Amino acid sequence: MSDKTMSAEEAVGRLRSGMTLGIGGWGSRRKPMALVRALLRTDVTDLTVVSYGGPDVGLLAAAGRIRKLVAAFATLDSIPLEPHFTAARQRGAFALEELDEAMFMWGLTAAAQRLPFLPVRAALGSDVMKVNPRLRTVTSPYDDGEEFVAVPALRLDAALVHLNRADSRGNAQYLGPDPYFDDLFCQAADTAYVSCEQIVDTADLLKDAAPQSLLVKRAFVTGVVETPGGAHFTSCAPDYDRDEPFQRAYAQAARDPETWRAFTDRFLSGDEQAYQAAVTAFHEERT
Amino acid sequence: MVACAEAWRDAGEILASPMGTVPTLGARLARLTFAPDLLLTDGEALLVGDTPALGAPPGIVEGWLPYRQHLALVATGRRHVMMGASQIDRHGNQNISCIGDWARPTRQLLGVRGAPVNTLNNPTSYWVPKHSPRVFVEHVDMVSGVGYARAAEAGPSATRFHRIPEVISNLGVFDFDTPDRTMRLRSLHPGVTVEQVEESTGFALTVPAEVPYTRAPDADELRLIREVLDPGDLRTREVPA
Repeated sequence: MSDKTMSAEEAVGRLRSGMTLGIGGWGSRRKPMALVRALLRTDVTDLTVVSYGGPDVGLLAAAGRIRKLVAAFATLDSIPLEPHFTAARQRGAFALEELDEAMFMWGLTAAAQRLPFLPVRAALGSDVMKVNPRLRTVTSPYDDGEEFVAVPALRLDAALVHLNRADSRGNAQYLGPDPYFDDLFCQAADTAYVSCEQIVDTADLLKDAAPQSLLVKRAFVTGVVETPGGAHFTSCAPDYDRDEPFQRAYAQAARDPETWRAFTDRFLSGDEQAYQAAVTAFHEERT
Repeated sequence: MVACAEAWRDAGEILASPMGTVPTLGARLARLTFAPDLLLTDGEALLVGDTPALGAPPGIVEGWLPYRQHLALVATGRRHVMMGASQIDRHGNQNISCIGDWARPTRQLLGVRGAPVNTLNNPTSYWVPKHSPRVFVEHVDMVSGVGYARAAEAGPSATRFHRIPEVISNLGVFDFDTPDRTMRLRSLHPGVTVEQVEESTGFALTVPAEVPYTRAPDADELRLIREVLDPGDLRTREVPA
């Protein structure tokens, strides 16, 4: 029985510059932030990042690690615009493949199903077609003869996702109201790393939850990382909500290089333990 | 708000997907009054069985609609969404992606989000809390939501389910009920003049000879808005009174 437990450092140590990297979660919700922070401590760069974008995209953009972003948006949810994403776009820091939210889902689905594309009605007539000249259309072979957009498969070299619980073999469980697309990210990727709040015995996964909560199957998982608070500052219901004060501090710090350097020094210059300790200190100062 | 609610009149048993405070209040008001069969979410993954106040958790959950199901539901067509618009033009093209040249925008906004899939699959209305020539522009910088002319150019697959029932702003209600499917003033909110609307719009609107006023809320609707749905008065944060 294979034990896939590893540290965040070991997981990101398997990533290489130039890879196409899928990041799970959605906006500022259940993002594998500890894995992203660990990635920032490596020199892996030149990434093609595929994400329903949130502060994962923001942090990687701020550090100059993105060569190309594949996304429908980047947002902090309670703060509509992701400041590092908008700044990076405005200085032309990376290439963007801008897709619609549903196209993105069908692109991941195509990759997971080992199909070259899936047809969708979305994007016809919109400038998504103009800014993505590689998009092609496909005509129905049936009597309707309708023309659709052929969303290309979003195949990934690696995926990073964060869930509430997992066992050491890679069976992973979400306990909140939305699975997002983390299973699809894992299926669309050649290697997938699941971080979780807590690693539990397989027999305990269903102690307090229904079988439908078992989202990710171990056949699609390369490594399992236990990292409590690993989605911070994004939400990880029901374990914790989004850390709104901290997110506001992040967004404010992103406004200019000097405050961002101070934020980086304070929160992102050490390991995950140092980060969590600095976050605790941040909250103690506020009370 | 009543104008937003009216967008869902006669919609039947479909999902009302309002984005923004006033559209959310409008959809809830519609369900509490003349459109009881609407489906509503809590803004996240739950379909709410009761009609709670803004920000309040649902008392009853009647269904589950995580993002993956929501995106798939769009293609079924059983939904009417009311989106925001950073820019909108006379053909109904909408932009929430970026301002300026897409390759190097002067102002990056959200990205296209679900605007392309929404506009081609289910009725899509728009809500603009601050009507100005910066929003109502001659040409949008990036077509996120597809307007009538662009859908027609793209062919039958694009027009088949395409419909923009209305655009609602703080000044009035607009539609595309003209021969060339360009924007028309349907009604003025009480106290607003045609001149005010024309000055605040960056393109030539069709203005009928007689423009009615948007209907005012009745006593029951006022009570529902003030006492039940928005006792914290969040609506005036979006549209200053």
